[in-house]
Amino acid sequence: MASVTYDGATRIFPGADRPAVNKLDLEIADGEFLVLVGPSGCGKSTSLRMLAGLEEVSEGRIRIGERDITDLPPKDRDIAMVFQNYALYPHMTVAENMGFALKMAGVGKEERSTRVREAAALLDLEQYLDRKPKALSGGQRQRVAMGRAIVRQPQVFCMDEPLSNLDAKLRVSTRTQIAALQQRLGITTVYVTHDQVEAMTMGDRVAVLKDGELQQVDTPLALYDRPTNLFVAGFIGSPAMNLLAARAAEGMADIGGYRVPIDREAASRMTGAITVGVRPENWRLVSESEGGLPVKVTVVEELGADGYVYGTCDVEGTPGTVVIRTDTRGAVSKGDTVYVTTDPEHVHVFDTESGTRLSA
Amino acid sequence: MSTGEKFLQLLIVIGLFLAVMAVVLVLTSRVRSRVGEILQTTAFLLPAVLLLALGLLYPAIRTVIESFRDRTSSEWVGLANYEAIFTDDALLQVLRNTAIWVLVTPVLATVIGLVYAVLVDRARFERFAKALMFMPMAISLVGASLIWRFVYSYRETDAAQIGVLNQLLKSLGFETYRFISTEPWNTLFLVVVMIWVQAGFAMTILSAAIKAVPDDIVEAARLDGVSGWRMFRYITVPSIRPSLIVVLTTITIATLKVFDIVRTMTGGNFGTSVLAYEFYAQGFRAFNNGLGAALAVLLFVLVIPIVIYNVRQMRKVEAR
Repeated sequence: MASVTYDGATRIFPGADRPAVNKLDLEIADGEFLVLVGPSGCGKSTSLRMLAGLEEVSEGRIRIGERDITDLPPKDRDIAMVFQNYALYPHMTVAENMGFALKMAGVGKEERSTRVREAAALLDLEQYLDRKPKALSGGQRQRVAMGRAIVRQPQVFCMDEPLSNLDAKLRVSTRTQIAALQQRLGITTVYVTHDQVEAMTMGDRVAVLKDGELQQVDTPLALYDRPTNLFVAGFIGSPAMNLLAARAAEGMADIGGYRVPIDREAASRMTGAITVGVRPENWRLVSESEGGLPVKVTVVEELGADGYVYGTCDVEGTPGTVVIRTDTRGAVSKGDTVYVTTDPEHVHVFDTESGTRLSA
Repeated sequence: MSTGEKFLQLLIVIGLFLAVMAVVLVLTSRVRSRVGEILQTTAFLLPAVLLLALGLLYPAIRTVIESFRDRTSSEWVGLANYEAIFTDDALLQVLRNTAIWVLVTPVLATVIGLVYAVLVDRARFERFAKALMFMPMAISLVGASLIWRFVYSYRETDAAQIGVLNQLLKSLGFETYRFISTEPWNTLFLVVVMIWVQAGFAMTILSAAIKAVPDDIVEAARLDGVSGWRMFRYITVPSIRPSLIVVLTTITIATLKVFDIVRTMTGGNFGTSVLAYEFYAQGFRAFNNGLGAALAVLLFVLVIPIVIYNVRQMRKVEAR
């Protein structure tokens, strides 16, 4: 059991003009499940591979607990990794795959087989122990890869998009299984994904990266409620937040002539060009006379529990598609025009140029 | 017939061939049915099958028949020719030599090729080093043998040396040595030539196989605490096992059929003859048709199972 600390960790690939990971500072508590998320090329995998020892650290330090592991070879770091393509050894059986690290560490045959059996029981893999990976389904292979990590009883789990090769349904069920397993084992876990839904549902905390820079790290809800900048606001949440270009005008946001009320703290700080963010569920449908933004409905998605209305708005500054979550259940249909407004406490205000959050 | 006339004939024949194929195609393409398809397939396959039967199958059958007849193919002698192979001292030596060739060459060539491939993998000078190793493959076996005859060349110790090995022995203060004519070691010195040629082949195939081992498997192994020799033993070799077998069997087949090296270096003298050379020597120099044919059949019987195994392994490599 141990915490993980990135202390200004930087990775510059030879020949690259900017660092793949730039001065990453991150503290991961003992037993925590931390998710690194971001678009491709944001440095999330590189950050993980630096921790695993598969990528050199150009500057800064990485510590596990009190141990500085920056310059240790992978095998001495006491970590286990689950790869995106599982990286199972094709010439070994499931049991051999899972016990290989122990064998290399000189653990006796008997203890090895006990630990493999325990892990197999945990993952429901007992009847496959004698099979080769080739004879397993994708989901089973994924579990073997998990088992290989668990058997080692490491201080830290590194997981590099372990669900991306599963089909959508299996991904959802495996997601919960992994989260529950991690909870049970209590092993510090760093998990990389590009899927923000996965990040939100699995992580104790989520770290959002972009272009090698850490944008924000917080609990899923805090990320959702108070995104620190425009990038995080647009990245977290599905469907994404509506971002509207506006100008600061007398304590209100002026969106192409429509005035939107803003909370007092943001109002006191904003000047010039600002961006107003509204989550789909924070729109209120109002009548035309109440002065809402007119939205021409193009698509209505009824998912049962909730529905989404997609539409266009001719008002200057609005995005190409406005998304509104409703519970109208069929009251709105394609071609209608609806009028929407929102409340000050639900409006996220950002400075357009710097992208930083102005609201409280 | 002048060269010009020969070329004219050649062109006429090629033209005729194309014309016949065109006619076949036109005729069969009109029949649009399953029967037509079969007809078309047959029409295109038939010439090849006929030529194969004439050039390969018929001689093979003839050879088998002749192996049961005497030296002029006039009388039936039963298994006498085969009996000779397994009882005559000179022929037993041929079998022994062939066994040495087949046991030593594939193993050494593969091991050298594998070690070399691993050592130069991802080195800065990899391409150059591999080109160097592969070069002997590009030389004909006769050429290679001539080169090595110079390497092994013998002169009296007092005389000026032209062979690099004997010069080496001389400068180290040893007597010069008759590499090619001293039994029984001379067979091994001939084997060296084959290894020199085949190691490049082994290196090329195995190097490609090593590069095909997925990076993440190597990384997983590093996390599992494997490096250096254990990486080679537990990850690299098992991963390239099918390619290793293909290389081993391919070299074995080439070695069983070795002829050029023996022919060029010793002419089968000094107790260095092997199966493929002896069958030529008996059939075409001693004019003993029966014995020559029997040796050829024996060679054929030895090669066939290896070829089958080789083809199967090759399919496995491709299927991965």
